[in-house]
Amino acid sequence: MAGFDLSGLTASFGGERVIGPLSLKVKEGEQVALVGKSGAGKSTLMRLIHQHVNRNSSLVPQELGLVNALPVFHNVFMGRLDQHGNWYNTVTLMRPFSRDKDKVRELLKALGMAEKLWIPTASLSGGQRQRVAIARALYRSAPLLLADEPISALDGPMAHQVMQLLKDRFSASVFALHDVEMALAYCNRIVGIQDGQIALDEPAERLVASDIMSLY
Amino acid sequence: MFQSPTVRTSFIFLAIALVGLLFADIAITASNPWRDLGNFFFGVVTPNFFSNEGLMTALLRTVSFAFVGVALGSISGFLLALVYRWLPVRILCAFVRAIHELFWALIFLQFFGFHPLTGVLAIAIPYAGIFAKVYSEILEEADPEPGRLLPPRTGVISAFLYTKIPDCWVQLRTYTAYRLECGLRSSAILGFVGLPTLGFYLESAFSQGHYSDAGAMLILFYVLIATMPLWVKPKLLPVYILGAPFFLGEGLPIVWSNVGRFFTQDIVPSPLRGEEGWAGMGAWLGDMFVNQAMPGIWNTVILTQVALVATGIIALLAFPLISTHFGGPVRRTSGHVFLVIMRSTPEYILAYILLQLWGPSMLPAVVALALHNGGIIGHLIGRQSSSIRLRSDAPSGLSRYTYELVPRVYRSFLAFLFYRWEIIMRETAILGILGIYTLGFYVDSAIQNIQFDRAMMLILITASLNIGVDVLGRFIRRKLALQTMPTC
Repeated sequence: MAGFDLSGLTASFGGERVIGPLSLKVKEGEQVALVGKSGAGKSTLMRLIHQHVNRNSSLVPQELGLVNALPVFHNVFMGRLDQHGNWYNTVTLMRPFSRDKDKVRELLKALGMAEKLWIPTASLSGGQRQRVAIARALYRSAPLLLADEPISALDGPMAHQVMQLLKDRFSASVFALHDVEMALAYCNRIVGIQDGQIALDEPAERLVASDIMSLY
Repeated sequence: MFQSPTVRTSFIFLAIALVGLLFADIAITASNPWRDLGNFFFGVVTPNFFSNEGLMTALLRTVSFAFVGVALGSISGFLLALVYRWLPVRILCAFVRAIHELFWALIFLQFFGFHPLTGVLAIAIPYAGIFAKVYSEILEEADPEPGRLLPPRTGVISAFLYTKIPDCWVQLRTYTAYRLECGLRSSAILGFVGLPTLGFYLESAFSQGHYSDAGAMLILFYVLIATMPLWVKPKLLPVYILGAPFFLGEGLPIVWSNVGRFFTQDIVPSPLRGEEGWAGMGAWLGDMFVNQAMPGIWNTVILTQVALVATGIIALLAFPLISTHFGGPVRRTSGHVFLVIMRSTPEYILAYILLQLWGPSMLPAVVALALHNGGIIGHLIGRQSSSIRLRSDAPSGLSRYTYELVPRVYRSFLAFLFYRWEIIMRETAILGILGIYTLGFYVDSAIQNIQFDRAMMLILITASLNIGVDVLGRFIRRKLALQTMPTC
């Protein structure tokens, strides 16, 4: 089950309603872009979806959630800790198995940072850290991707490369994006969020950038 | 100035200490204290490293007891930290760490005798309580986000190893290494109750007037602690920890019937043991309170309050010695050496030495506690003051001290001082073993009189007093919004 069908989503912060109540249904094959100004509730909605699908999704949060003291390899490997027993994971912490190393290295190659495999994430640049979080989501390979501003720290060509990769690897995905051009280029459905409510929900091919700008 | 709550609190504590001084027994009773002090310093500058072959053994035993005790304490403390959320565990830990290592040693001596287990457990048990608390605080501060991102069916152990441990590793390691240094001090003073560590040899050298032997021991101890970064290496740690149990010495064998008797008879209050039963408990408790507990508590509290304020004064006077805002490199280096010596000398040894030189009164205890704790706090805030950047036209000299630096470091100074309040009280109680009339004195005399029931009761009272001061100290720190890192 790649998609989800959620209704009655609400979130409050300090007694004030910031999201919903709203409903959102995403089918397999859909690449949804959540757009809206900052503070509209995109990140909160992302977290709500993540909770409601029982964390059965690959998540790239805005804060990345990396373990800074661990090298890139282990941060990526954490995407599949549930696939192995405790002893396997513990041994990997000290001495990774070569098949895992090969898989992770391949992923990193696609993201243009294979040489960083053993560098602690604390010493990486912002763009590199973001790609590690993306690699972890890819390695997890859940059918659904939830990515909150996944390309905010990446430069032009790398941003396109990453979006293409994410589009190809997941059968359904939800992106929070502030870059409207990117949203139109890589997503087939645009959902606009305004004041915690869905203000726009259209297939991407029926929209142009100026239609979306009204939300900002 | 009195509007500020921190200043007001400081003056309240100063006033309490001044009133306490009126009741405190402060005197130099030795007939010729300055000659003795002179002899002692002469001994320190003419150390004799070769007179006693026991010296190297004592050093080895001190290190071994420290390693085994701290390793056991750290492992059990870590396991306890994992269940620290559970209230009974928190209470148990608060209780075992409120009892000083020397009290634990005195208890175990009664039934294990001079077996190495006595020394090991005397360190391991209170340290486990402290480790549990600090480890759990460190683990709680780990970033929770990576844990939330794990796949839902991830095992608890894998999640812990990947998301918690790496994030906390540096802090856990630093704190444990720091505790090892404390463990060396604890191990050294265990000698004062007869275990084969440095304190034992120091006491015998002193009682025979061999000041040069005592000086050699102290110097070796400083060198041992100062060179810790050189010989305590992560790669060598397993060697030390696995090797240390073989160097604890033989001691005397445990008589297991003593163990049974201690728990089933010795520590049972005497009326319950005899024919009086519960009816006699009232009189027994009353007698103990009036003749032992109350005088012990009174003296312990007075000495603690005086020593606390003296510690504060020493710290405020000492921190400019290492601050980069005063003096040149020569003065700072000598300041560092001075503060290292002050804080690596266990207050118990310092008090013992001063007591030998000045005769029995509260004065040696106050000076020892103030020098040791003032050295620690002075070092911490001196280091902190060096990170302050002053404007280029800032005043110099005394005005720089009073207007620029003290106001900026005062809050963390108070935080450290209130953090150490409970530690000072724990030490004050234990200094009673040296003959000052604090709670330790009454515990020790009860043990000498083979009244283990009273001794246990007095130790429990001491522990509750420490817990009470700990709670009060935390309350004041929260009220004044002071934050601090743990120090030992």
